[in-house]
Amino acid sequence: MAAVADTAKSIEAAAGDESPMARAWLRLKRRKSAMFGLGVVILLILVAVFAPLISPFDPAQQAYAFVRKAPSWRNWLGTDESGRDILSRVIWGARASLLAGVVSVAIALGLGVPIGILAGYSGGWTDAIISRITDALLAIPFLILAIALAAFLGPSLTNAMIAIGVTATPIFIRLTRGQVLVVKTEDYVEAARAVGNNPLRIAFRHILPNIMPALLVQASLTIAAAIIAEASLSFLGLGQQPPAPSWGSMLNTAQRFLNNAPWMAIWPGVAIFSTVLSFNLLGDGLRDALDPKER
Amino acid sequence: MLMFLARRLLQLLPTLFFVSVIIFGLQQLLPGDPALAMAGEERDPAVLDQIRRQYNLDQPIYLQYFYWIGGILTGNLGESMRLKESVFTLIAQKFPVTLQLALMAIVVSLSVGVTAGIISAVYKNTRLDYAVNVLALTGISTPNFWLGIMLIFLFSVHLGWLPASGYVSPFEDFWMSMKTTILPAFVLGNSFAAVLMRHTRSAMLAAMTSDYVRTARAKGLAERIVVLKHAMRNALTPVITLGALELGTLLSGAVLTEQVFSIPGFGKLIVDSVFNRDYAVVQGVTLVTATTYILLNLAADIAYVLVNPRLRE
Repeated sequence: MAAVADTAKSIEAAAGDESPMARAWLRLKRRKSAMFGLGVVILLILVAVFAPLISPFDPAQQAYAFVRKAPSWRNWLGTDESGRDILSRVIWGARASLLAGVVSVAIALGLGVPIGILAGYSGGWTDAIISRITDALLAIPFLILAIALAAFLGPSLTNAMIAIGVTATPIFIRLTRGQVLVVKTEDYVEAARAVGNNPLRIAFRHILPNIMPALLVQASLTIAAAIIAEASLSFLGLGQQPPAPSWGSMLNTAQRFLNNAPWMAIWPGVAIFSTVLSFNLLGDGLRDALDPKER
Repeated sequence: MLMFLARRLLQLLPTLFFVSVIIFGLQQLLPGDPALAMAGEERDPAVLDQIRRQYNLDQPIYLQYFYWIGGILTGNLGESMRLKESVFTLIAQKFPVTLQLALMAIVVSLSVGVTAGIISAVYKNTRLDYAVNVLALTGISTPNFWLGIMLIFLFSVHLGWLPASGYVSPFEDFWMSMKTTILPAFVLGNSFAAVLMRHTRSAMLAAMTSDYVRTARAKGLAERIVVLKHAMRNALTPVITLGALELGTLLSGAVLTEQVFSIPGFGKLIVDSVFNRDYAVVQGVTLVTATTYILLNLAADIAYVLVNPRLRE
C-alpha cells in the first residue's frame, strides 16, 4: 500500500513536468468510477495477500456440527455442506482468482507482445503466417478453446492459467502488430533506424514504450475476462481442484444446495462480480485517460 | 460481388487450415502415451493397439494429421469412445438444441441491447444514459453461470414459476419448450445484450451528428421519425457486423448456460466429453464451433457489403 501511495505521490509530483504519464494519471484521477475500480482492486490485492491473517477460519477446516448454517455471528456469511466457513473461503478464493487473472495475462503479454512486434516489424511472409495463425486462434471461441486446452492438459489451476493465457495471446498479438504498424513509420523510428540501431533495440527501446498505453488498457480489460474464465473453468471442474477454495468451484457446489442453503451461492458470485466490475471500470477509465484522441 | 465473394472465400482457407492444425495439435498436449490417455482406465494391450490403429498413432505426425483431416473432409469426425457413436451423429443431435437457445438469446439481446443503446444515445449524458451504461457494465461483469443460478433460485426455487432444469423440444410441446428455455436464453443473451448496447450507442451517436440527420431535422421532421427512420437504419448496419464478431461469446456462454440448466446441447456435450476423456468429441465440437463462427462472420461480411454497395469494389 505504501508503495502504491509513493508511486501516486511521485506521479503527482511529476505532474508539474507535464509528462504524458502524469497527465494520464491526472485524467484518470478525475474519473470517479475508475478510481472506485482502482480502490476495489487494491483492496482485493490486500485481501489476497493477507488472507492468512484476516480469514476467521482455516478455509479447508470441516465442522460437521455446523453444516449449511445460515449467516450468524460465528460465520458471517454462513457455512457450506462440510461446515466450512464461507467468508474464509471467499477470502482465500481471492488468491486463486487474482493469481489466475494476473498470471494468464502475463503469459498472454509475454507471448503476444514479442510475436506481435515480430509480425508488425518484419512484415512479408512472417507477418502473413503469424496473422493467419492469429486469425485461426481468434476463430475458436475463447472459453471453448480454454476448455479444450484445459481438457488435454488436465484439470488444475496451473493448467487453467496456461490455457487462459494461451487463449488470450492472439488478442495481444493482433493489438501489438497493429500498433507497431502505426508506430514504425513515425519519424523517431526512422531516425533510430537511420543511425544504425539493430531491429531488436528499435523494437524494445523505441517501439515498445510507445505502444505501452494500448497494452495497459487491454491488459486490465483482459484480466477481467481471465478472472471470469478461471471462475468458469473452476465452475466446470477444470480449474482449481477441491478442497482448495475458488469462487467458481464454490458456485458449482452451491448449485446443489439452492433449496436449503442459498447463501452458499450468493457470496462467491458477488465476489466474482465485484472483482470483474472493478477491473472493467479501471480498464474503461484507463482507456479514456490514455486515448490519444482525448489529449 | 462475385469477385468479393471469391476473394473472401479464398481468405478463409488458410484460417480454416490453421484452425484444423491447432485442434489436431491439442492431442499432442496429452501427457505420455496418447493411446494410454485416451484409453482411460483400460489397460488391455489389444484395446491400446486398436486405439493406436484407429488414430494412426503409429504413423509419423504429419501423416496422422493428413488421415485426420482427410476423415473430416469426408464427414468423418471420429468416434466417441464413451458413447460408441460417430462424433458427427452426436453433434447433429445436439446442435438444434443449442441453436434454439442461441436464437432465443439473440432475440432477447437484440430487443434489449439495441433498444437500450438507442435510448442511451438519444438521451446522451442524462441520468437515463448513465443508468443504461451502468446496466451494460453490470451485464458484462456478471458471470452468466452465477446469473443462471440466481435466476433458478428466484424463479424456480422461490417462486416456483419455471422449471430449474431440463429441456423439451418445441416440436414435442411448444409451451413447455419455452418454459424450459426462457431463463437460459435470458442468461445467455444478457452479456451479448450489454455488448450490443455499447455498439448501438456509439453508432447512434455518430449517426445523430451526421449531415443526413441534420437535413432531416431541417426539413422539420418529427424527432421520432428522425431517430427511427434516418439515424437508426444507418446506425444498425455496423452494429450487425460488430454483433457477428461477438457471436463467439454466445457460443462460449452456451457451454456454461447448458451446464447450469442441464440442457443437453452442444456445450454440455463438450463438458461431458472432457470429463470422460472422450477427446475425439472435444476436438469435433471445437472444430464445428470454430467453423460455425467463421461462417457466421462471412455471412455478416456479405450482408454488410450487400447493404453498403460502396464496399463492393
